[in-house]
Amino acid sequence: MTAATSSDSTDRLDTFPRLLLAHARVRGARPAVREKDLGIWQSWTWAEAAREVRGMACGLAELGFKRGDRLGIIGDNRPRLYWAMCAAQMLGGIPVPMYQDAVAQEMTFVLQDAGIHIAIVEDQEQVDKLLEVKDQCPELLHIIYDDPRGMRHYSQPFLHGLDEVIAAGTIHDRNHADFLDAEIALGQPDDTAIMLYTSGTTGKPKGVCQTHGALISAAQGGCGFDKLGDNDEVLSYLPMAWVGDNLFSYAQALVAGFTVNCPESGDTVMTDMREIGPTFYFAPPRVFENMLTQVMIRMEDAGAIKRKMFHTFMAVAKRCGADILDGRPVSGKDRLLYALGNLLVYGPLKNVLGMSRIRVAYTAGAAIGPDLFRFYRSIGINLKQLYGQTETCAYVCLQPDRQIKFDSVGLPAPGVEIKIADNGEILVKGPMLLKEYYQRPDATAESINADGYFMTGDAGFLDEDGHLKIIDRAKDVGKLNNGAMFAPNYIENKLKFFSYIKEAVAFGHGRDEVCAFINIDMGAVGNWAERRGIPYAGYTDLALKPEVYQLIQECVEQVNADLAHDAMVADTQVHRFLVLHKELDPDDDELTRTRKVRRNFVAEKYAVLIDALYGGKASQFIETEVKFEDGRKGKVAADLVIRDVKTFPLVSRRAA
Amino acid sequence: MARQIGEVILDLKNISLAFGGVKALTDISFDVREHEIRAIIGPNGAGKSSMLNVINGVYHPQQGEIIFRGEHRKDMDTHEAAAAGFARTFQNIALFKGMSVLDNLMTGRNLKMKSNFLQHALWWGPAKREELEHRRKVEEVIDFLEIEHIRKTPVGRLPYGLQKRVELGRALAAEPQILLLDEPMAGMNVEEKQDMCRFILDVNDQLGTTIVLIEHDMGVVMDISDRVVVLDYGKKIGDGVPDEVKNNPEVIAAYLGTQH
Repeated sequence: MTAATSSDSTDRLDTFPRLLLAHARVRGARPAVREKDLGIWQSWTWAEAAREVRGMACGLAELGFKRGDRLGIIGDNRPRLYWAMCAAQMLGGIPVPMYQDAVAQEMTFVLQDAGIHIAIVEDQEQVDKLLEVKDQCPELLHIIYDDPRGMRHYSQPFLHGLDEVIAAGTIHDRNHADFLDAEIALGQPDDTAIMLYTSGTTGKPKGVCQTHGALISAAQGGCGFDKLGDNDEVLSYLPMAWVGDNLFSYAQALVAGFTVNCPESGDTVMTDMREIGPTFYFAPPRVFENMLTQVMIRMEDAGAIKRKMFHTFMAVAKRCGADILDGRPVSGKDRLLYALGNLLVYGPLKNVLGMSRIRVAYTAGAAIGPDLFRFYRSIGINLKQLYGQTETCAYVCLQPDRQIKFDSVGLPAPGVEIKIADNGEILVKGPMLLKEYYQRPDATAESINADGYFMTGDAGFLDEDGHLKIIDRAKDVGKLNNGAMFAPNYIENKLKFFSYIKEAVAFGHGRDEVCAFINIDMGAVGNWAERRGIPYAGYTDLALKPEVYQLIQECVEQVNADLAHDAMVADTQVHRFLVLHKELDPDDDELTRTRKVRRNFVAEKYAVLIDALYGGKASQFIETEVKFEDGRKGKVAADLVIRDVKTFPLVSRRAA
Repeated sequence: MARQIGEVILDLKNISLAFGGVKALTDISFDVREHEIRAIIGPNGAGKSSMLNVINGVYHPQQGEIIFRGEHRKDMDTHEAAAAGFARTFQNIALFKGMSVLDNLMTGRNLKMKSNFLQHALWWGPAKREELEHRRKVEEVIDFLEIEHIRKTPVGRLPYGLQKRVELGRALAAEPQILLLDEPMAGMNVEEKQDMCRFILDVNDQLGTTIVLIEHDMGVVMDISDRVVVLDYGKKIGDGVPDEVKNNPEVIAAYLGTQH
């Protein structure tokens, strides 16, 4: 009887633990996870992974972890932290991954809100953070650490090494194998599988509860759409607390059975990527942006012949690369040139970027600059956009192969229904919707309307082919005093495409004209300054150099010229700008942990600067407090120059 | 701190060193205990580096004796010192600039390689096994010092602070019993100093290595050392725990000057 029920329940692949055990049976000898440790890629097969997870689950149970409990997980992408998620799920618990670079105080909120009793953390650094706030979190009973380095002198009885927990659990599992099987059999697809906290762009973070069923259907949809199978390789390097990582490195890996690769450390991702050569890759736009900036810097420093070759063939790629990838007709001559370029430039370039084997690459999390997007597609990387939120398992729209439009995020994904509200807001419905916000019925009710549609908060429209176009956050879209639509993100993204500009914040709602704050990119502008022999002491000094202002002004004017081509946005050309004296930083609450600008906060904090921009002043003194990584505070002061920028009359496009 | 400071393992008695008529060190005695961090401080020209050079056999003192783990040693050569478990870093970085970090660290294992030249040239049999073993050890050092991202970078291209860390790594690769650090923090900015302090403390704490260091930054010395010996014009003018040394009038005079 018992045997029958347990085999029945494992045949239904509707929870992650059952999927894991199925992979251990079907492809037990294939690699499930790899990690570079002490310079060598170590791998674990599905069978080994399942064994470890079972041990971990029983170990957690021995510490008192029960059905419905939340398990805190803090650290870089480590195999054992992914397994910890599955171990918690085996027991019917809910893993709560947190951003590993958050300071201790920021973690307090999640620890308290989720009522976490047990946390599994990567190393001493994270243990120290938790110890710092433990008094404020009386519910936190046990802390388990993965890496024992430096932990020798910690004698607190509530600290446990993960090795010991697994060892104890493995013995337990051997003696009572039916305990865990029974727990796994109890799991239901509509149990909450994971809680992911929203980054808190607006107000306090909320715990988004996603069920096994929602994540699995999103993962199945995605894998089917892009034909991902167990031969694929993915590199996991984005924060585990981000829904994208959870979908690609956990849910899809468990659905399709492909291999997850964990880099050695955050600093070695580029090298590790070259060694692994993933076939499936995802990154937020800023990572693609950084890579392109690096490439451009290195090309500027290259010899004249190489530089000439690069620019010649990049022009070819720009002309026909994307068309070749999309299978559109291209002249024979261009095809020949492109093939030559592939041999001489694109191939080696992709190899350097670790992208030689990529079949599908995704970008999500923020809008990507069309030129940036075009660059990668033109050199033959099948980069696509994906649209979704934490609340929808990052799964709403996908771009089908050969139907890529640069300015849209593609068609509704399989099983997803999209509707546009009267105010332009995008509404979605489907199996991947959140179950609820944790202990926030008010917020749940606010975000899901009576018809069961989730309100995304993004403004957009469906074009004639049914592709979704996103303009901006619905609440960010404003109006200039003359009534013209003002979409700040749209302008900022155009500015940010210049490698010299790292961050931009545009203002204009309820004003006569658009003004902007700019953050220069220290790497790119620093290199530019060095090549011109311009000495500088640090970010603030470099940002205030008149030469740098001139450089940025040229960028802004190009954006204006570009904006002038489109009647919808021609009025929102940037009239005045300034370069900020410090980089916007999540530690100072100016960016979210996923590095999105917190517009209102920035506007409030730098109100003097905005007044100066609109007051017609030529410069403004400002002093700002900054927080350093170790929690100390300091001050940055500067006299900021404000520049006027040339604007352009609307260019009416001739009918083509 | 849980780390136990043990017996005296290095005892220097009445050391005098002269170069012709110049007396670099005069009648200096002090000892180093197992697992401790021992600092040597003093103004410029006090004889600190000479002292370190005496310890690892670069200079041979005219008088005095050195007792290491109960054995008297006189006129020990540098390679003998290295074999006995001494490793050091230098005031001005002495790495192979054109070689990668990994290769530089591998040179730290040189003394422990047993296979002969021919075997290594052919990378055959025991030599191959041996090299893999050494590489593993070096990777542990890389992990310890958190320099994975520069493993394959030529040392000459690294910033100064990282080069210093690599040099420490090479010394650690030799698995020393006593680590001699000659101004490990010279020329570093605050952040790099903090990192280096942490690594020195970690080495001492986790690997149990005894450390003798020369340093100019008083804040650092007073924070991380267990005992401090103070030299001035080749003579010892103070010896003791940091607080004692700080309040020693002779030391204050040597550093701040006095009115006579």
